[in-house]
Amino acid sequence: MTTTRSRSKQSTDGPVPPKPARRPRGWGRATPYLLIVPAVLLELLIHIVPMLVGIWMSFVQLTQFFIANWSQAPYAGLGNYRVALNFSGPLGQSLLHSFEITAAYTVIVVGLAWVFGMSAALVLQRSFRGRGILRTLFLVPYALPIYAGIMTWSFMYQRDNGLLNHVLHDDLHLTDGTTFWLVGNNAFIAMTVAALWRSWPFAFLMLMAGMQNISEEVYDAASVDGAGIWKQIRFITLPSLRPVNGVLVLMLFLWTFNDFNTPFVLFGQTPPPSADLVSIHIYDNSFVNWNFGFGSAMSVLLLLFLLVCTGVYLLLLNRRSRRA
Amino acid sequence: MKLRLIPAALTVLAVSATAACGSGGSSSSGSGSASSGSGSASASAAAGRGSGATLTYWASNQAATIQDDQKVLGTEMAKFKKQTGINVNVQVIGWPDLLNKILGATTSGQGPDVLNIGNTWAASLQATGAFMPFDAAALQAIGGKDKFVQTAFKTGGAPGKDPTSVPLYGLVYGLYYNKKMFADAGLKPPTTWEQLQTDAKKLTDPSKGTYGMAMEGGSYTESVHFAFIFGQQHGADPFNAQGKPQFTTPGMVAGVKQYVDLMSNKVVNPSSVQYKNGPEAPGDFAKGKAAMLMSQNNADNTLQADGMKSDAYGVVPIPAMTGNKDIASFVAGINISIFKNTKNKAAALKLVKFMTSPAEQAILDKPFTALPVVKNGTVNYTTNKAEAAAFADILATKAVPLPLIPAESAYETNVGNAVNQLLAQAATGNKVSDSDIKAALQAAQDKMASAG
Repeated sequence: MTTTRSRSKQSTDGPVPPKPARRPRGWGRATPYLLIVPAVLLELLIHIVPMLVGIWMSFVQLTQFFIANWSQAPYAGLGNYRVALNFSGPLGQSLLHSFEITAAYTVIVVGLAWVFGMSAALVLQRSFRGRGILRTLFLVPYALPIYAGIMTWSFMYQRDNGLLNHVLHDDLHLTDGTTFWLVGNNAFIAMTVAALWRSWPFAFLMLMAGMQNISEEVYDAASVDGAGIWKQIRFITLPSLRPVNGVLVLMLFLWTFNDFNTPFVLFGQTPPPSADLVSIHIYDNSFVNWNFGFGSAMSVLLLLFLLVCTGVYLLLLNRRSRRA
Repeated sequence: MKLRLIPAALTVLAVSATAACGSGGSSSSGSGSASSGSGSASASAAAGRGSGATLTYWASNQAATIQDDQKVLGTEMAKFKKQTGINVNVQVIGWPDLLNKILGATTSGQGPDVLNIGNTWAASLQATGAFMPFDAAALQAIGGKDKFVQTAFKTGGAPGKDPTSVPLYGLVYGLYYNKKMFADAGLKPPTTWEQLQTDAKKLTDPSKGTYGMAMEGGSYTESVHFAFIFGQQHGADPFNAQGKPQFTTPGMVAGVKQYVDLMSNKVVNPSSVQYKNGPEAPGDFAKGKAAMLMSQNNADNTLQADGMKSDAYGVVPIPAMTGNKDIASFVAGINISIFKNTKNKAAALKLVKFMTSPAEQAILDKPFTALPVVKNGTVNYTTNKAEAAAFADILATKAVPLPLIPAESAYETNVGNAVNQLLAQAATGNKVSDSDIKAALQAAQDKMASAG
């Protein structure tokens, strides 16, 4: 506001510019906005409006009695939020449990995906015979459709005729008795492994791309100065990858924390308690229990949590990179 | 300046042109389909002198595969069109998706004209207000309520209100047993639960991969059905007269224990806690990996698709413990409803009348292995007379309806999932005590209470 006013003031105070030049300038200023108008409209339609509707839903009692006529749903105020955040109540307790499971899942999957991706990218940084084949091979899980990949895992995890039990029990005799992988506490391990398999190639791809930008000369200079491989990684590779890492970890975090497909395909609508991730927990409460108001309240809480995490993370990252 | 603007302006033009193209294309295709729709409608009106409407009908998956359903209903709908001139667009929807799709339609108001529902959802769906109540006039239009078997008709909605669904296919639970396995072991089909347990133990041999009982232990609907049936045998109702849940009464706990004990006593293959899609447990039974199967009568389809002949199995009522109530099933089945937002109410009523007419029922019961829901119907889907008599007897004398209250659907999911977790606990070798069961049921009840 103030800038445009001061500018217009300037233009009236200053020498009058030649007339023909003015119009194109106005158009020129409008062009970028015009160009993004379609994108903004679609974004509003596809993302923002449903999000606002979701936020509205979280403040009403949208249960089975009102889903056919939303406008009559009684206003619930913060009631849905109170139930969700009352951790001594049964629903709050199960939300907290689901949140803890999701946090553990995210830390393990993101951490290991980064370690695997980084290791593979480092190994494949220097060219050698067969590098192309290995790169392609490593990217296969990422190229496969998610559902097809995870369904294959669910077949391997079957107790009686699954590949995993066949190898562990029948061939290697490591386990006594056949193990359940999709039931009980093992379900968490099963889900984590499948998710890790799916997400590490993405870390690998991003880090590999990042490494292409590091000049060979820097490494050469470092090795002339007597830096070993570990020192090179620590003082050249990792610092150069900082911007890539910043984005990569954030994306992996958001994807993994929001993960719905992995538990849904492995376990169906209601996963065992040890694999009850937040997204599917919310889905359960909305669709299986027909309580969309409560489901929306939990979704809004999840949204707020992820926003805060992202904000704090970006703030820390910027501060650190500025300091560096 | 000018030069730089030209490409920008061109881009804007191009974008707006493609947008216009898109909208123009879609609107023209829309009008195209509309005109073709009206074209076919007018043609059919001319041919059949009917209302000329096109109905959308969501059918549930009753035959062995969705394709089979589509085939059966396609033939019948052609017949319906000949009689009335009304086109019906049949969409068969698998069970895992049906309730979600109905909820989606309810929420958006964009749904089919006519649809099938699981009859246990009737009261819950009635509460949404998205379904047309069958008032006296509507019942008259479909041939009067007296044409239905009364136990089945009662499942149409909450008592005291106009029902929002009418029965279409009747189903009940029975105990299937493998005749040869029983004969080889010198056993007769059990008449008490204690007998069933000893028989099951005798017929179990894990080293050969055979078990006394097949179970769909990952399915919350199966689990809640048995929790209800066995609870009823112990004289326990899940809801009190005011409709408040009372899941932790001794009878309810004993009912759940009766079911979970099958797993604890190791007469069921532990792997069956992973079964949740429908055909797995009947599959085990058909392949001789299990000697008994507790299932609704439409299991016949899966058994025969898996190669088991109908004379290879017998059916008796699921027995109760000595001294308990002789209840062997609830009144299961499929009901048919009309979506309130339909623009073709008259045509929709005609379709419901057609589907529930005695002549059509006699035809549809065969491929869908259903029990008749109209009076004077006979069980005609099987040539196995003993089986037909057993199921007819269960429906007539040993079946009670599930609670007809709006919270029924929440009861199914919460209690069903709780029982599933108990089964999983038993399957992984952990003992399930009475207090475990009580705690799980208490948690389910608390969840329902605080969900409001």
